[in-house]
Amino acid sequence: MTTRTKPRVRGGIGEDVVRPDGIPKLTGNFAFASDLVADGMLWAATLRSPHAHAVIVSLDTTPALAIPGVRAVITQDDVPGHPLFGQEKADQPVLCDGVARYWGEPVAVVAADDPETARRGVEAIAIEWEPLAPVSDPEAAENSDHIFRRINVRRGDLGAKGEVVVEGYYEIGTQDQAPLGTEAGLAIPDGEGGIDLWVTSQWVHIDHGQIVRCLDLPDHMVRCHPAGIGGAFGAREDMSMHVHISLLALITRRPIKMVYDRSESFVGHVKRHSARMWYRHEATPEGRLVRVTAKVILDGGAYMHTSAAVTGNAAFFAVGPYVCDNVELDVVSVKTNNPPAGAMRGFGVVQTCFGAESQMDRLAQELDMEPLALRRLNALEAGQPFSTTGQIIEGAFPTTAIIDALESFPLPPPLESDDPVHLPGGTGLTTPRSAVVRGIGYALSAKNLAFSEGFDDYAEARVVLTPVGAEVHTAAMEVGQGLVTLLQQIARTVLGTGHVAVVWDDTSQIGSAGSTSASRQTQMTGGAVHAAAVALRDKVLDDHGADELREDGAYRDGERVATLEEICASGPVDHWIRFRHPETEEPDENGQGNLHPGYALAGHRAVVDVDPELGLVRVVQIDTAQDVGKVLNPKALMGQVEGGILQGVGLATMEELVIDKGIIRNPTFTDYLLPTSLDAPHVNAVFIEEGDHWGPFGAKGAGEPPTISSTPAVAAAIRQATGKALTRVPILPQDITGT
Amino acid sequence: MIVSLTINGEPKTATIGGFESLLRVLRDDLGLLGSKNACEQGECGSCSVVLDGEVVCACLVMAADCEGSDVTTVEAYGTGDDLHPFQQAMLDEHGVQCGFCTPGIVVTGIRLLEENPTPTEDEIREALSGNICRCTGYGGILRAFDRLAKEGTE
Repeated sequence: MTTRTKPRVRGGIGEDVVRPDGIPKLTGNFAFASDLVADGMLWAATLRSPHAHAVIVSLDTTPALAIPGVRAVITQDDVPGHPLFGQEKADQPVLCDGVARYWGEPVAVVAADDPETARRGVEAIAIEWEPLAPVSDPEAAENSDHIFRRINVRRGDLGAKGEVVVEGYYEIGTQDQAPLGTEAGLAIPDGEGGIDLWVTSQWVHIDHGQIVRCLDLPDHMVRCHPAGIGGAFGAREDMSMHVHISLLALITRRPIKMVYDRSESFVGHVKRHSARMWYRHEATPEGRLVRVTAKVILDGGAYMHTSAAVTGNAAFFAVGPYVCDNVELDVVSVKTNNPPAGAMRGFGVVQTCFGAESQMDRLAQELDMEPLALRRLNALEAGQPFSTTGQIIEGAFPTTAIIDALESFPLPPPLESDDPVHLPGGTGLTTPRSAVVRGIGYALSAKNLAFSEGFDDYAEARVVLTPVGAEVHTAAMEVGQGLVTLLQQIARTVLGTGHVAVVWDDTSQIGSAGSTSASRQTQMTGGAVHAAAVALRDKVLDDHGADELREDGAYRDGERVATLEEICASGPVDHWIRFRHPETEEPDENGQGNLHPGYALAGHRAVVDVDPELGLVRVVQIDTAQDVGKVLNPKALMGQVEGGILQGVGLATMEELVIDKGIIRNPTFTDYLLPTSLDAPHVNAVFIEEGDHWGPFGAKGAGEPPTISSTPAVAAAIRQATGKALTRVPILPQDITGT
Repeated sequence: MIVSLTINGEPKTATIGGFESLLRVLRDDLGLLGSKNACEQGECGSCSVVLDGEVVCACLVMAADCEGSDVTTVEAYGTGDDLHPFQQAMLDEHGVQCGFCTPGIVVTGIRLLEENPTPTEDEIREALSGNICRCTGYGGILRAFDRLAKEGTE
């Protein structure tokens, strides 16, 4: 018997394939939304509310229109269609409808010959406000019944008691996604009453539905094109300028460009919900969880956006990857006059993971157990009911393997350097090595993958075989995460050809891929491309009596039976697909049910050096184990893990939008601090490859887990170093020094 | 007002009103869109260029002050077929994700290597500390320097 070695396709799954958009990005040639131009285009600028809550007494745009070079001004009165937009519920006026409900709410938009004239137009608009008292306290909002969504999870015996009880109150500040590219867009009128639109987005089809409704246009007259995106992290899941510039383009019949500056960007997109959390954990003397009770309030801000889904995640992941049969959770998102909250990496789970993991450490301390020993004792695994929903866990859920991996990492050497670069505070501050205390902390997390709770979640893709290779057509947004590379790798592996191009279709050319969020595109659009490529390959093999597809044609028993040219003799062969994940259902009145299509786990160990006297922290190293199903591209995956961890470190140690009576006090990169290369810890990672029950090659989404449990791990490490309770993140110097 | 300066080795002139930043002139008047505007406060480094030998944030430099200056932008380094070794290492090590910070990282990184061909990790981190990357956590960028160092010793 002879064996044949199949030629391995170049750039398939498992390889460190480089990004196809890498070279244009490295040479300055990649077109981001902010780089787009069109002949005869006008620039737009936005008048925003200077109050968190106020009534417009009078509004006169004629002084702006009197400025030479100002071409048009729009207000809410100019919106031709539905006056409201919103992803989960249309509740936000396209432009202020007479009452401003948050600081920075758009009121009017000016189009002019250049950006300066547009801004002068904005300043010239005559507007008189009558300020109202803002509702800025989320507890007051809850008491007034200003609720976006309330979830009461009731599972097990609510009379159950544990002999060991720990209680805690925790808070999480407002984090901003701070993608480097600000909101930007270009709207081009097509001359027939329609619009072509390129705007920073994570989901062009959900934008499209809202835009046509507000403009009162039929679907085919608005085409949303995937644009070049400078990062997202949730900031682009809800619309920004989309309707504004489309409407101005229709009115002026000229292309309209708009780019938010950084301060405007801070109010121009939703942010992570700040949270207040009251927790009680009850356990046996051996440490087995008996009952978890919690109340959580999420500040949703002035409009709903994705608050309902965020509330679901906060509730259903409020216990973590642990066995607990008795759970009572009251989780609510409230409406205030604070800036609207919505999606950010981790999406509700970040908040309750910080509360729950802080509680696990408190419980371990009470029981005199090691933090990981307590977690190991309570580890939830596949096949068991999920602690909050009762759903039997399908797919990989390797909690114990994550804990094993965390325990196997070596610790970094002790601090031996007096170079300030290695000391808390860095070169600008004055920590001596003798003042530094080291701390170590751990945290685990579980996160749902893709859309849950009965949402009809799907992704469309089309794979086309041509005489020179294959094309993958999709409207899935590439925001930097590397989907473009994975889609190529998946198609190459199935089709046996190295020549795969990803083509970004607009909303008129292909159906929705769903959002680039919820860690879903690897499995959803990746799953769609995989399924379409398999169907395409099988058809070609059938048609030609072949058993294998390669770069140069179809083969049978190692002999070529048709070239790609011959296969495509009557035109390219294509397969279109709409891919769905396993069906889920809505929660019942007790929050029970099969709500989630799958899960991904992560664990983090943080090592920190702290100067307790000055309150300065340096995160030295983060070790992580992550449940990824299958590694499709090792270096791309590591990039997601390191980048996600640094956002979690930022939330733990420095990132917070300071909101005072609804007004953001630090909407600049000078005052909203982001981790730099000097703040970035060394990261070591182990990837657990237990294939999931759906998705291409068993792979799971990997974008969010790194951000979730890194924050509580860093907080735990700082607690260990300082002995302080530190129940709020970010942990600032004054929290450590107490001054 | 007309400003004459050298950009990427070529003499250029720009007509300005008086208050435009160098970044504004590069992007909107000269069509060099590689330098990015992410904060316009000199905090993030996305608009890093080399001005008379120093890496600066082009958003903080008045174009009117650049009369006679020599400016190097990301467009000067490498093309699709012929990348600078640092660009190639950034590509191979996945130092690029969304790419918005990338032109600034390329300019800062190459200038560092010109001044110090064998920087230590501390020197690299210090040099890059004015270039914020929100995607990568800096790991891939640091490994790009490692890769160059290893290639240099082989």
